[in-house]
Amino acid sequence: MMTAISINKESLSESMQEANSPVENTKKVIEITTIATDKAKAGYKPVDSTPSKFSVQSKAFLQWLIPPVLGLLLLVGIWAMIAKFTAGFPGPASTLKAAVVLFSDPFYSNGPNDQGIGWNILASLERVGLGFGMAALIGIPLGFMIGRFEFLSRMTAPVISLLRPVSPLAWLPIGLLVFKAADPASIWVIFISAIWPMIINTAVGVSKVPQDYMNVAKVLNLSEWKIVTKILFPSVLPYMMTGVRLSIGVAWLVIVAAEMLTGGVGIGFWVWDEWNNLNVEHIIIAIFVVGIVGLLLEQALILIAKKFSYE
Amino acid sequence: MDKFQQERYVQLENVNMSFTTKKGIFNALNNINLDIKEGEFISIIGHSGCGKSTVLNLIAGLLTATSGNLFCAGREIHRPGPDRAVVFQNHSLLPWLTCFENVHLAVERVFGLERKSQLEARTHAALELVGLSHATDKRPNEISGGMKQRVGIARALAMEPKVLLLDEPFGALDALTRATLQDELMKIMEKSGCTAVMVTHDVDEAVLLSDRIVMMTNGPSAEIGEILKVELAKPRNRLELAEDTQYNHLRSEVLRFLYERHAKKAA
Repeated sequence: MMTAISINKESLSESMQEANSPVENTKKVIEITTIATDKAKAGYKPVDSTPSKFSVQSKAFLQWLIPPVLGLLLLVGIWAMIAKFTAGFPGPASTLKAAVVLFSDPFYSNGPNDQGIGWNILASLERVGLGFGMAALIGIPLGFMIGRFEFLSRMTAPVISLLRPVSPLAWLPIGLLVFKAADPASIWVIFISAIWPMIINTAVGVSKVPQDYMNVAKVLNLSEWKIVTKILFPSVLPYMMTGVRLSIGVAWLVIVAAEMLTGGVGIGFWVWDEWNNLNVEHIIIAIFVVGIVGLLLEQALILIAKKFSYE
Repeated sequence: MDKFQQERYVQLENVNMSFTTKKGIFNALNNINLDIKEGEFISIIGHSGCGKSTVLNLIAGLLTATSGNLFCAGREIHRPGPDRAVVFQNHSLLPWLTCFENVHLAVERVFGLERKSQLEARTHAALELVGLSHATDKRPNEISGGMKQRVGIARALAMEPKVLLLDEPFGALDALTRATLQDELMKIMEKSGCTAVMVTHDVDEAVLLSDRIVMMTNGPSAEIGEILKVELAKPRNRLELAEDTQYNHLRSEVLRFLYERHAKKAA
């Protein structure tokens, strides 16, 4: 959904530019005709009938805003309908009320099993950060080497295709066995599920470096270090960022499930805890929170990726 | 350098080149023999697919001949080197580097032992030579096709190569830009006095710029069909030459070779 919005933003700024240029063009045309007919029609003044810049902008803004708002309203509407006909399923109004109470004190702490929503989110983010960070540290260089050396690529291909489709949670028992603690086990699950997109996308990026650039490297006789820093890295960067984005999406998907199983402080465990308390409003709030945090992570990475793009 | 080596500055000796493809072995070049003098400007012309770019890539060292020998300044060519700079058809500038950085990358590699300020001065000089001092800090996607190709030429010349290899350098440009760049290239070549090999499919370009035109037969197994000497006084002026009888004679010689004796069947 967010991609649709960001595309719309671009088309918005384009349409605003388009909206501006005809205004200027008309003005120019009017000026020219004024000069030409100045003597013939002394005292004639052209009336600027084009709408002001502000109203053009606000109109475009409204056009950009209406579809997503409509979509969200539709979602809330369907939700309200279902809630009305289902016993024990809270509607938007009661959920909102519960959310206001919940977010009025997000950082309280009454022991390990009763902490504010803020602490829970931060705990989950920390696990994702650690697991994802380690996956990036290992996955990206590995992807580079796999892309650069045919031998390594063929060597790792069967291992990757075998392990990649495994459901992330299947790795949890292994983590528990090896680390003998819940927290490192869930970080391990994040790590193993986030590493594949980064390895694969980086490797694909390296193999897609245009032959022209490699020819330049050969003709200029560049050192391996210069080839990596001046040619490989910049040209692989967009692919790598795609991998990073997919990875962080997967990591955030997996953390909720992993925490449900391992317990402790975290948004996943919180959902499970509220289910045991039969506090359905909080579960719905958690769904929104997970969705919004995931969306923010994705958008942050898109922003970073744009910074690095040279086009 | 002795006279013998000057006469055979770049030397191709019984060069054969074949590629292994999915359909089997494709024989691209058959027994190519060519001696290029020091300071000479050679054009290689032929229909597309005749292997003229292959000849250039062999001299550049990007390809290795299946059999035969290639020499540059008396040394065997077996890999690319800074003594043979290439100007690519599609400019091949790195899009994440500015014009300055693109040229500097080459300068740094060849003259890495010099002081930093000297390297920068060399880079600026190269960009000035092609008239691009104003675009130093622009990235390739911010400048026109003609300007990109100038940066490509600047990058090649900045290496102070013994041989300049041009692979259809102006093929992707519009006719007017092409003419301007041809004129500039003539001036630059006169100043630098370096040996050049250019692949082209433009007859006028070949006659205007070259000392000799190497005309190739159609592939597969392309050979050198004929070598035409262009004995027109330098510096050459395209406007004066347009009515020159010798120029027009040479031009029709090349045309006759391409379209009468070695016409390509319509694809």
